[in-house]
Amino acid sequence: MKKTLINRRLFPLIIWITIIASIIAAPSLLPVFRLNLLGRYLSLAIVALGIDLIWGFTGLLSLGQGIFFALGGYCAAMFLQLNSSANLPNGIPEFFGLYGIQSLPFFWEPFKSPLFTFVGIWLIPSLVAALLGFLVFRNRIKGVYFSILTQAALLVFFNFFNGQQKLINGTNGLKTDVTELFGQMVGSDSMQRMFFWITALLVVFAWFFARWIVYDRFGNILKGIRDDESRVRFTGYNTTIFKTIVFAIAGGLAGISGALYTVQSGIVSPQFMTVPFSIEMVIWVAVGGRGTLLGAILGAVMINYAKSLVSEALPASWMFIQGGLFILVVTVLPEGVLGWLQSDGPRNLLSRLGVSRPLSTYPGLEEKSHDEVRL
Amino acid sequence: MVQLILESLFNGIAIGSVLLIAALGLAIVFGLMGVINLAHGELMMLGAYSTYVTQLVFKLPALKPFYNSYVIVSLMVAFLVAAVVGILLERSIIRRLYGSPLETLLATWGVSLILQQFVRSVPLAYASGIIIALLIGLIVPLIVPHDLLSHRRNRLIKVGSLGGSVLVGLLSANWLSTSISRLGRASARNVDVTAPSWMRGGLDLWGITFPVTRLVIIVITIIAVISVTWFLKQSVWGMRIRAVTQNREMSECLGISTKKVDVLTFGIGSGLAGVAGVAVSLLGSVGPNVGGSYIVGCFMVVVLGGVGNLLGTIIASFAIGIMTDLIGAGRLLSIWPDMPSPLASTVDFFATTSMARVLVFALIVVFLQFRPSGLFPQKGRMVES
Amino acid sequence: MTSPQLELRQISVSFEGFLALNDLSLTLQPGELRAVIGPNGAGKTTFLDVITGKIRPCSGDVIFKGKSILGIREHKVARLGIGRKFQSPRVFEKLTVHENLAIAVSKPKRPWSLLISKLTERQRTQINNLMSIVNLQSKVNVPAGSLSHGQKQWLEIAMLVGQDPDLLLVDEPVAGLSDEESELTADLLKSLSGDHTVLVIDHDMEFIRRLESSVTVLHQGHVLCEGSMKDIQHNPKVIEVYLGQQQEVSK
Repeated sequence: MKKTLINRRLFPLIIWITIIASIIAAPSLLPVFRLNLLGRYLSLAIVALGIDLIWGFTGLLSLGQGIFFALGGYCAAMFLQLNSSANLPNGIPEFFGLYGIQSLPFFWEPFKSPLFTFVGIWLIPSLVAALLGFLVFRNRIKGVYFSILTQAALLVFFNFFNGQQKLINGTNGLKTDVTELFGQMVGSDSMQRMFFWITALLVVFAWFFARWIVYDRFGNILKGIRDDESRVRFTGYNTTIFKTIVFAIAGGLAGISGALYTVQSGIVSPQFMTVPFSIEMVIWVAVGGRGTLLGAILGAVMINYAKSLVSEALPASWMFIQGGLFILVVTVLPEGVLGWLQSDGPRNLLSRLGVSRPLSTYPGLEEKSHDEVRL
Repeated sequence: MVQLILESLFNGIAIGSVLLIAALGLAIVFGLMGVINLAHGELMMLGAYSTYVTQLVFKLPALKPFYNSYVIVSLMVAFLVAAVVGILLERSIIRRLYGSPLETLLATWGVSLILQQFVRSVPLAYASGIIIALLIGLIVPLIVPHDLLSHRRNRLIKVGSLGGSVLVGLLSANWLSTSISRLGRASARNVDVTAPSWMRGGLDLWGITFPVTRLVIIVITIIAVISVTWFLKQSVWGMRIRAVTQNREMSECLGISTKKVDVLTFGIGSGLAGVAGVAVSLLGSVGPNVGGSYIVGCFMVVVLGGVGNLLGTIIASFAIGIMTDLIGAGRLLSIWPDMPSPLASTVDFFATTSMARVLVFALIVVFLQFRPSGLFPQKGRMVES
Repeated sequence: MTSPQLELRQISVSFEGFLALNDLSLTLQPGELRAVIGPNGAGKTTFLDVITGKIRPCSGDVIFKGKSILGIREHKVARLGIGRKFQSPRVFEKLTVHENLAIAVSKPKRPWSLLISKLTERQRTQINNLMSIVNLQSKVNVPAGSLSHGQKQWLEIAMLVGQDPDLLLVDEPVAGLSDEESELTADLLKSLSGDHTVLVIDHDMEFIRRLESSVTVLHQGHVLCEGSMKDIQHNPKVIEVYLGQQQEVSK
């Protein structure tokens, strides 16, 4: 094995210790506003983990993760709204009154149950993902066609939620910060502190879960599908089922992420399902390092943190920076920051600068998949 | 009854022709080069802004008498502007990413973000200046006689033409910003292109009013489709483009400059986006996000029609257009008023533009279950390898 | 007489009017080793595509172990016991040698069982045996992408054997191998026949001769003739197909 400047095993450990230490320290160091921001970014890390599973490991670039993210958010928000509307007229959320609706639409009913909501937050998005995925994968639609179709599906969901005022409050979305949970306002400082802890815990849990998925043979099959799908098929594996499962898992993770994000940002709206937001999620993973689970988490947190810093200082420049990141990461840094650090990146950079001898081979020349439709 | 069907057919064709002109460039770039260009919508946006700038220029006293013909001029301007930006994009980024479509997709998305912010933060006058400089910089090497370039002082000529194009760009930017003050300031607000007087109003035929703008767009689309078909099937360069699509290595061995072919193909695809931008600017107000609302529809057209098939693209866009109109305007109900009530309420539920999109997409997914490669799939061994 | 392992009945495949396979019939007995040769474009790879379910023929039938397998999807065909080695070695380059073989030997091949269970002791021994057969013991944890061309060919053959199929379809196993390596490959394939039915496609006549099997010659999607290597070499039709082309070239 080649030696790398930074030890493969030690390096993630250091990052983990740093992450956990800062999570533990954060609530006492940061004001609630900043803590809340950090909590939101951590919840975005969960959707990023899902994208890493489907894109980094399985090679499916979904541009529609916003669907599942928003579905999770809506599940949580519907429960919270119902939970705190007992004293309102008709016992239904206030916004229905604006459109003259007297009784609850049928699909709201089950969200009166906390248990149903708790399960629904991840199960509903993953079922939707499974259905969508199965219909697409069954026909061997892959590569860019898959990306385009997921993007179109995203637009469809956006249009649906945006247009249905009477069912789901349309473009205004559902507010959660003024709702109550356990007798406390969801937007209150103490609740937000609690959500931060839950989020942090769930990020770690999601990481272990994702690692379990990709660690052994199942993960190897996923990588096999990414690199040469028909070879996997000829070995006797039903790749459609594998892809559907991993897409459903990513959908479920997105749902959890969306629910956590919703309760910490105080609202869920069709804005969660816009095209740019879903593509943005991809760039977190790309910059962090696709195929490295830790990279997805770091990418999501760091880029969003950078985004809030830059947007506060120079609002107009973030779009330029983000656009530049997209171009940069595919042209010069395809493995992302973490992948670059773990491979021979630093060594190559040093050798370019004349510090040490260059390697004889150029990595990345052989990374062409057989199965991509090339025209 | 006949009138109703005719009217809805016309509306469908009108929607379809906007889709078609927008998807045409995309279909060429995707079908012939395998490149997913998510910045296609932004190239359309540039075309729409070119129309706006051209219109303002034609309002200047010197050109005022020709104001009515600005649309025709702006077609050419928009084509050139979008083509130049497209070529720049191809040479700088996409060229490095041939053969990896997902990476191209992400990179072009980055480009689209930059272009959107660019028109927000840079005054249109200066943006025009930059484009004019680029255009001259690109054209000068093509028209300068070959002997002059191989002369030993060719470096001097190169520097001279570079400096010259920058100078012309600066001068024109300066001139634009002083003579049309509206172009001198950066603005994120939407702008409006006003159609010349002859394009306003409608044409009355068989008791139906056909809006002239729509008719003009249909005509533009027809001309674009015919000239693209002619170019690809009949001209020498069209043949070279098809040759490179089918076998890149072999074409190279036969002495076809694949670099030139790439530039040309991408330039034409992008230029068509610019032309589509003119059409779009005639329909509504123009803003930095105008392209984004069309791009997904364009991709649906290409996927439904079958990649690399012009006829499929045409049929798919009209099919989507007619269906969108039938569903979205609730026209089914007026054609068939005595519909049984459960069906009627369903039709009513989908009778908005956004809900029509929902249903049309669902229908496309159902369709792809039976024909996964679209209306006209490519056949044979080449597809999988 | 036992029933045949594989039977192709009058298969025709056309690509937009071009007949890649034309009324092709072929029968393999259980345990048989068969070589298939033919000039370029004779339809050798297409005919493997048909057996493994990648391409649906426009007419004809494929019978495997007495049942038609037409229209069955690739992974099901593989599970029925048909393994395929591709023309250029296709191994999972990012995975290690061990992981590649683990993918091949894992059974059942369902997602859930892959997630919750580990390789059994028997499968581990099987992997070790396979690695020793193809001389890759020293490369257990090396990514397959960094193997030499010959090693990749062998790894793929090992994966094929690891799937434990009844019928092995081997497409050009010695392309790019040294003489010595191809001799070893021929011996390996010979030893596999008997327990398995093996069908080998190749250009390399020296290699085919060494297989000492019956040979089928394909020409323009059709079986030209069958017989031992000796018969084939003296068959005037074969000489015309192969040498006739050479004469044209030399003109």
